[in-house]
Amino acid sequence: MLGTIYALLFYVATLLLVVGLVRKIWIYARTPAPLKIPTTPAPTTLGGVILRMFMEVVFFQSLFKSNKWIWALGWMFHMSMWLVLLRHFRYFQQHVWWIVELAQPFGTYAGFTMLIGLAGLLARRFLVNRVRYISAPSDYLMLALLLLIVLSGLSMRWVAHTDIIMVKNYMTGLLRFQIGDLPADFNLLLHLTLVAILMIVFPISKLLHVPGVFFSPSRNQVDNAREKRHLAPWAAELEK
Amino acid sequence: MADGEKVVPERDFPLELPEFKCGAMEGLEPFKAAPEHNEALGFPGELVPDWKEKAIAYMGELAKKNRAFQVYLDMCVKCGACTDKCHYYLGTGDPKNMPVARQDLLRSVYRRYHTFAGKYFPWLVGARDLTEDVLKEWYSYYHQCSECRRCSVFCPYGIDTAEITMAARDILDHVGIGMKYSNEIIGKVHKVGNNLGLPAKALKATLEDLEEDIEDDTGVSVRLPLDEKGADILLVTPSADFFAEPHIDGLIGYAKVFHETGASWTLSSYASEAANFGLFIGSYENMREVSLRIRKAAEDLGVKRIIFGECGHAWRVAYSFLNTLAGPFDFLDPNYPVPQHILEYTWDAIQKGKLRFDKSKNDHYKMTYHDSCNVARASRMGDEPGGQFEIPRNVIKAVCNYYYEMPEETTRESTLCCGGGGGLLTDDLMDLRIKGASPRMTALKQVTEDHGVTHMAAICAICKTQFSKVMPKYGYEMDSIVSVHQLVSNAIILTGQETEEDDADGAKAEE
Repeated sequence: MLGTIYALLFYVATLLLVVGLVRKIWIYARTPAPLKIPTTPAPTTLGGVILRMFMEVVFFQSLFKSNKWIWALGWMFHMSMWLVLLRHFRYFQQHVWWIVELAQPFGTYAGFTMLIGLAGLLARRFLVNRVRYISAPSDYLMLALLLLIVLSGLSMRWVAHTDIIMVKNYMTGLLRFQIGDLPADFNLLLHLTLVAILMIVFPISKLLHVPGVFFSPSRNQVDNAREKRHLAPWAAELEK
Repeated sequence: MADGEKVVPERDFPLELPEFKCGAMEGLEPFKAAPEHNEALGFPGELVPDWKEKAIAYMGELAKKNRAFQVYLDMCVKCGACTDKCHYYLGTGDPKNMPVARQDLLRSVYRRYHTFAGKYFPWLVGARDLTEDVLKEWYSYYHQCSECRRCSVFCPYGIDTAEITMAARDILDHVGIGMKYSNEIIGKVHKVGNNLGLPAKALKATLEDLEEDIEDDTGVSVRLPLDEKGADILLVTPSADFFAEPHIDGLIGYAKVFHETGASWTLSSYASEAANFGLFIGSYENMREVSLRIRKAAEDLGVKRIIFGECGHAWRVAYSFLNTLAGPFDFLDPNYPVPQHILEYTWDAIQKGKLRFDKSKNDHYKMTYHDSCNVARASRMGDEPGGQFEIPRNVIKAVCNYYYEMPEETTRESTLCCGGGGGLLTDDLMDLRIKGASPRMTALKQVTEDHGVTHMAAICAICKTQFSKVMPKYGYEMDSIVSVHQLVSNAIILTGQETEEDDADGAKAEE
């Protein structure tokens, strides 16, 4: 019964996540940027733009220039999250990739740095009046959601272990559309429920910054306006 | 807020955070445009009865036509990185002048009508209905943004509040609420060809006067040609260069450089304006119409190159948009970029050794340089990224002995707006302009204290006008702001020019 409910939840959540994101990416990709608006100095070649984007996405270059506190907390949270996510691949694979094996020892501790990052960001929301002013309920809730996911996850690793073999069998089963059984542990069920919620709200929330950053004209455009004419389809219509 | 009562903010260092003053600038409104001025630009004359539906629908249209608008409204995570970056926030302390808060004035409405979360859970995501009060708030706070892009530099996603401000002004125009200053000026350009409404005859007379002045000054006949068919170069410069100080000294500088390099050049009375306020109101159509005048002038005069004079947002529209709006320019000489900046031309001439200078002529100036926002963050000069920072400095250093930098967190890509950009250079916003200038003025005071800096150079007509008005409030003379080409003009030695030494020799011989 429990297995079936969560199977449904995760199938629906995955469907909403994938369809929602693909739809948004499709819309972003098709929407023209009518003018050249890279924030300059900007790269003059495509290779340069790829490097700029890499520096933004991997090192949060602009945020580093902007505010060292937000950068430190945000970067710690995001990088820890990638490690944690990578580590979680082992619950979906019969034969675990070497890179997942490699991430395993770091990933278990990354949960703590992720926690520190998130807690710091939440504290800023309460304590810095400028940030408090711009925060809506959803901004607090998003951090609370992530914090609870991390806390419930950490508790299973360090406090009250769940039957992880059973969870792995369940998850690998779901990938083959076979619905098995889940341990009825509170921490596990909370963890899974919150992750499903995160997946569902992803395409309708500010988490759209993940695909969005790649479509930001101020960061992804090549500075070559004089050399190459840039024209949006609807603007071309004006010339007829 | 009576004139003369305006408070000049005190700060210890340029980026010092102000106290939070909620509502400090609420209700500040520039004058609204008269119906005929809105209509001349293709907008309804006054507020349309179905303004709400129109505004919501137009917002949706913008999301389809402009990826920046949609992506920027969707992806802000409210991290707060931009909150202390706006000079108007620093100068006023009004939290609605924090970039993200300014964006949110529109984002909250966009969410309400165009996103799932805002339609069904408005309270959760801070979405709100569009009301007449919201329109008022938009009109007020979207005219407290100079579209300078400083926030965009520091945003982890490059969200540019300028794009949101332009969109908001465009939406307001589309429901019949236009701003007097910008809309009247654009109307003048469509009708007469420049922001001032200066007709060809008056322009001709002004240029002839200037030619006389230069000859009186130097003994050399330097021409300022107008509408000369077959010239190689069309110079397009902000119309402020024809009459305002210190702009006009810059124009004299361009003329001397062209003279000394033996260039064949001309101004155009049809396209006698580099500025393009279509940018400020976010109207692609108006911006295009203004740009097409330049193309037509270039075609009619049969020139080979187009060069722009010192003007910040004009250089953004020219460098980044002209090819898009009025291109392709395949009828011009392919050996030169279209368009070029006058500083690219002058620096090139200096490097080739075509110009001779007496730097001591500028020794009464201790210089610093103010990077104009649109040049710094929305354009380039030369072949390398960052040329827009180096080339003006190189030219200044080539003609001045004393040059000092302001604190680095206030220059180059981090430069602070003068406080009058983006269509806010109007007297009805003087309070905002004075406050917005305070971070830059504080940076200037630092180099005055540390190095005795007396003058600041800029390459933007708006910066020059704004500073000459605002600097006296901060204890500087109004002529402490100078054009870069004014410095060039001071130091350049024209071939055949009588120098002071010649004069002295002449005097001796007479004795």
